[in-house]
Amino acid sequence: MASAITTLAADAPTLSAANTGFMLICSALVMLMTPGLAFFYGGMVRVKSSLNMLMMSFISLGIVTILWVLYGFSLAFGTDSGSLIGWSSDYVGLSGIGITELWDGYTIPVYVFAVFQLMFAVITPALISGALADRVKFSAWALFSALWVTVVYFPVAHWVWGAGGWLFELGVIDFAGGTAVHINAGAAALGVILVIGKRVGFKRDPMRPHSLPLVMLGAGLLWFGWFGFNAGSWLGNDDGVGAVMFVNTQVATAAAMLAWLAYEKLRHGSFTTLGAASGAVAGLVAITPSGGSCSPLGAIAIGAIAGLVCAMAVGLKYKFGYDDSLDVVGVHLVGGVIGSLLVGFFATGGVQSDAAGLFYGGGLEQLGKQAIGVFSVLAYSLVVSAVLAFLLDKTIGMRVTEDDEVSGIDQVEHAETAYDFSGAGGGASSRSTAAHAPAAAASKKVDA
Amino acid sequence: MKLITAIVKPHRLDEIKDALQRFGVQGLTVSEASGYGRQRGHTEVYRGAEYTVDLVPKIRIEVVVEDDDAESVMDVLVQGARTGKIGDGKVWSVPVDAIIRVRTGERGAEAL
Repeated sequence: MASAITTLAADAPTLSAANTGFMLICSALVMLMTPGLAFFYGGMVRVKSSLNMLMMSFISLGIVTILWVLYGFSLAFGTDSGSLIGWSSDYVGLSGIGITELWDGYTIPVYVFAVFQLMFAVITPALISGALADRVKFSAWALFSALWVTVVYFPVAHWVWGAGGWLFELGVIDFAGGTAVHINAGAAALGVILVIGKRVGFKRDPMRPHSLPLVMLGAGLLWFGWFGFNAGSWLGNDDGVGAVMFVNTQVATAAAMLAWLAYEKLRHGSFTTLGAASGAVAGLVAITPSGGSCSPLGAIAIGAIAGLVCAMAVGLKYKFGYDDSLDVVGVHLVGGVIGSLLVGFFATGGVQSDAAGLFYGGGLEQLGKQAIGVFSVLAYSLVVSAVLAFLLDKTIGMRVTEDDEVSGIDQVEHAETAYDFSGAGGGASSRSTAAHAPAAAASKKVDA
Repeated sequence: MKLITAIVKPHRLDEIKDALQRFGVQGLTVSEASGYGRQRGHTEVYRGAEYTVDLVPKIRIEVVVEDDDAESVMDVLVQGARTGKIGDGKVWSVPVDAIIRVRTGERGAEAL
């Protein structure tokens, strides 16, 4: 996370009620991003797999929450060991933490920091799931996400934000998770889909989004929650950095949405709803690492570049033939890389850190550090995620059968369907008539 | 008697209903339909991926009338449905051998 607040270095920090309240609200906002993401993704898939898409995000709130409390917080933010991983027995089960004990150097309790960071850990694997739409066994996904956070997310969070983590010590700026969250998830998505392969009918069958209103709802919730994600990442707002980040989040997202729409209008002839939602998310991703270090004008530039490049990048899957169902690579990996590298250009040197980028007289040094951060996390996540997917595929199997995929993963994996389209003239009848006899008999059998 | 079927644009339904009522047609059946004529469908774009949608939404209106009224009712339908743009639809008629009102058992013209 953000480097230590220097203004308070002289005095030992005391608990700030304002910052603590602010951070609890920010944590709740970040929590909302995961169901927001579920809707964003859920609307983009076909009707027959919309529940599965919602569930793949939602389950992260269950699995990762428990793992975080059991050992994740300790691995990510415990005492450093070799710059690669942390461990503090007090953090195991969050059992050795006093309720007024402060997070090192800050004015908020450890519990508040732990729960804020928990929400980041929850949404990161959920981001990966968009690339796997329609085709992965739910049990395999659940196991994958548990293993993935353990061997990829917790260590990478330590590298980037943990005191003693090697990227943190190197001076890589990742204000709110461009590297640890977006590049990490985007690279993992690429690693997994290279192993599990394409959806049945990729590039042949129409795979139109089933509900763009859901996509817009999800994008709106993400945008809203992202204020907690970004503005909260300074862990307080004593010196206004959180407020700068709030402003930058808004303007970069706006610029990215407009840039994506402009590209679409020129390239395809229409301003699309999906384009507006996707552009907004691309802007949010790109400003995440950079927004603490740049000015609002810089944020507009970063957003516009991200919107444009991500709009172009989502077409790459058709060119290269990998099936990134909902463009996790095109939006999160590409957006994260852009945002992280642009720190090296747009960092003003007077906000979150003294490091200045190329456009502010800082030379190539910060850009070089950013590049090391980007490519090390990208490579680690890509390789380890691919290996995990490969191992799971060889043992329990990652994919549902082709028949099940074609008929719809919702029914097979969840024994549910998202919508009831039956019955002309107002939905299925619940009355038991002669015509419904077979169905009634079937339900009796289940009851018995 | 004739069964007159019209496949028309959905947003013309109210016009057509009013026109048929003014003419004195007592009842009609409306159902949702989809299909295409010479204009084919349209193209939709999702993140740059283009999909051709062949079948466009239409409504099907069915009316049974006496032989003498058939031509006039077809004219009413055509006038009500016409926008002058491509995709306005088609109207046709076919002979009806028999018709029965379910409630009373009346047959033929009495049943209309």
